Amino acid sequence: MTELLRIIDLEKGFTLHNQGGTRFEVLNNVNFAIEAGECVALDGPSGVGKSTLMRAIYANYMPQAGHVLIRHDAQIVDMVGAPPRLVLEVRRKTLGYVSQFLRAVPRVSALDVVAEPLRALGTDIETARQRAADLLQRLNIPERLWKLAPATFSGGEQQRVNIARGFAAPYPVLLLDEPTASLDATNRSAVQGLIEEARKRGAAILGIFHDREVREALATRLYPMQTAETA
Amino acid sequence: MSRLDLADVSPIAEEAPLLDVQGLTKLYGGRVGCEDVSFQLWPGEVLGVVGESGSGKTTLLNCLAARLEPTSGTIHYRMRDGEMADIFALSEPRRRLLTRTDWGFVHQNPRDGLRLSVSAGANVGERLMAVGARHYGAIRAAATDWLDKVEIETQRIDDLPRDFSGGMQQRLQIARNLVSNPRLVFMDEPTGGLDVSVQARLLDLLRGLVRDLGLAAVIVTHDLGVARLLAHRLMVMRGGEVVESGLTDQVLDDPQHPYTQLLASAILQA
Repeated sequence: MTELLRIIDLEKGFTLHNQGGTRFEVLNNVNFAIEAGECVALDGPSGVGKSTLMRAIYANYMPQAGHVLIRHDAQIVDMVGAPPRLVLEVRRKTLGYVSQFLRAVPRVSALDVVAEPLRALGTDIETARQRAADLLQRLNIPERLWKLAPATFSGGEQQRVNIARGFAAPYPVLLLDEPTASLDATNRSAVQGLIEEARKRGAAILGIFHDREVREALATRLYPMQTAETA
Repeated sequence: MSRLDLADVSPIAEEAPLLDVQGLTKLYGGRVGCEDVSFQLWPGEVLGVVGESGSGKTTLLNCLAARLEPTSGTIHYRMRDGEMADIFALSEPRRRLLTRTDWGFVHQNPRDGLRLSVSAGANVGERLMAVGARHYGAIRAAATDWLDKVEIETQRIDDLPRDFSGGMQQRLQIARNLVSNPRLVFMDEPTGGLDVSVQARLLDLLRGLVRDLGLAAVIVTHDLGVARLLAHRLMVMRGGEVVESGLTDQVLDDPQHPYTQLLASAILQA
């Protein structure tokens, strides 16, 4: 099978300059690859650096060393050290990330928040909104809310809008940070359905799933994580 | 070819930048305005310049926009014919034409960027006339279209901007700048001095326009929320120097420099 993502010797730590220069290591010696059609779950206790790893892969955090190779169109891109416009291009077309919280944009309707990733790929507005409507429907967001800006929604509704947005575009590689946390059973199974569909169309998925049942149902493999050695 | 290998990483495509700034320094007597600033900007890219008052960001913006002559350093701009022109080596008329047509400049205070004694329509039409438009009907039609794009009721086309609210004046200033179809726009605290609700509307409008028109922009702001919403990349300035630069969300969420860490941790969570 085709590898879509490979992590090589990734290291990430933080230095808090304004708190006495405290330095702590979070990731070291991270090595794995994900092929098309795989769903790999990060496994390890809270605080071990699972979310940090996702953010480092997404280039939201800057690793100190190592490589994040991703297959982007006909290219192979190393996200570590790539210029900002290339990172944004990879995020637009290849790499999706569902974070735990929605960063709401003022005045933009839920429907358009969800449609935006498809619009950014050049999809016409009707098709993009249709896909957005389908997703909002599947995630049980009442239709009367679709035209409203999500800033006023409940936490759970915002989370589901965020998930819908993350699944709008057919990204080849998906990072999912606790996509089912605090959802009720109906919505949890709706999200599981979306993840399974993405995997079956050939996406490479990296996920953090705290719920054991969800993890066992979705993950094709686990990547065990351990506390980084302190330098 | 199924395995990803470091040896197969594609070379990064060399594209010609729209703007190429090298070693830009502006001294006021012995005092530093900005010092040794270098960066490149590509079409469609929005660069945010952040820092506190006195960090040199407005001096930098004024130099970039050719409103202030730098003490040393160079600014090259890719003209529509592909030539990389040295901005300060251009003849004065050529530079003026460039700044009035291919560039825009949005001031923090709309009164600095508008002519308050002529109508809203004339404010928008003026830049079209600078590029040679003479047909009254066509100019008025373009002005009407732009008022609509910036959400100003088109029946107010003959009103004077001094009778507009601050938010409307700012939107009019944006229309006036964008009507000539510029490729690069400079903005100095475009949402400063506006109420929060008015700010949100303007931000949303700017975000949409920049995206739909594929504009390149340099936006100076001290508001990191504005920077996060509008800018693809950030430069953080302190004491006239750039202390950190990079992808916007990376600079804000994983700041490396002590000063950026201080700035990012000082944001109030709304």
